[in-house]
Amino acid sequence: MSYPGLVAETVKFKGHNGDEGEAYYARPSGAGKFPGVVLIHHMPGWDEWITEAVRKLAHHGFATISPHLYFREGPGSPDDVGARVRAAGGVADDQVVGDAKGAAAYLRGRPEANGKVGIIGFCSGGRHAFLCCCRSGNFDALVDCWGGNVIVDDPKALNAKRPIAPVDLADKIQVPILGLFGNDDENPNADQVNRLEAVLKKLGKNYTFHRYDGAGHAFFNAARASAYRAEQAADGWAKTFAFFHKHLG
Amino acid sequence: MCSYIVEKAKLVGTAKGPNSQWMRVDTANVYYDHPYEAQLDHALCVDFVCEADGGRERVAIEISRDSALDLIERIKAALASGDASHAKAAACSLVGTQSEVASLF
Repeated sequence: MSYPGLVAETVKFKGHNGDEGEAYYARPSGAGKFPGVVLIHHMPGWDEWITEAVRKLAHHGFATISPHLYFREGPGSPDDVGARVRAAGGVADDQVVGDAKGAAAYLRGRPEANGKVGIIGFCSGGRHAFLCCCRSGNFDALVDCWGGNVIVDDPKALNAKRPIAPVDLADKIQVPILGLFGNDDENPNADQVNRLEAVLKKLGKNYTFHRYDGAGHAFFNAARASAYRAEQAADGWAKTFAFFHKHLG
Repeated sequence: MCSYIVEKAKLVGTAKGPNSQWMRVDTANVYYDHPYEAQLDHALCVDFVCEADGGRERVAIEISRDSALDLIERIKAALASGDASHAKAAACSLVGTQSEVASLF
């Protein structure tokens, strides 16, 4: 079922430490109790494609919010703000988890939401989404889209802001997981995806991984001609909608 | 990639983008990752900023790996050529003594 009529807007939400930031929120315009999704943006930032992805989820029946994880470095265009964050070494895991929890609380406070909240993230956001489900009980389902550095092979990727490889916290995850990966991706590469699956299997987690041939990193992203793979993206989105509807309503 | 790994180069100079004012720059943040705008899977990205002024403005480039490698060579070539020319000019300025110059007039 699709919902072509949407309400989409920039809203304020309370993030980590009660900091007030911007988020992009879209929901079906009709009456109803809609399942919620927190969408964690990719490393380049809170850009146009992210808002498209929020609206796509809303089109398929989800009240979806994407917190601007870099809002503390604003104002400015998303690319300039993203550059500042990168120059500063990225955002801290604690802050991201706090912001994601704040976005989930925003959804649960909405009259049109059904109280269930999933989380989906792309690229670094896939890692963030995975981490949020390790460190928070605020979510009911997880979609990890090619999250890089969930398994950390390069010690340089660990620092004060990102002190722990999320895979080392995987035993804490209590929600069903859908993982979508491109077999040509470099981060995570196919071996890392296999090792992550092995950990989840050993821990007895409820997970489903899909691996796509002919796809690399960011293959959903229609704004990037070099990365976008229409067929694989369509299948991945369909699996995402089905997974969230199964677990969130 | 998605690594947040940035190489920082200290600079002395200025930078300017289209329809912008010249700005002082003291740092180049250099990374090889997914670009924001360029239609490339990965790009060598450089953000020229002035950290002394807060680092909020930037002049940015995102170029392919091959472009970056070629640019490195062109920079080296330009510096070598410039150094040679400047050395020649400096040498020329020392050729004539004061009396030799005076004899020309």
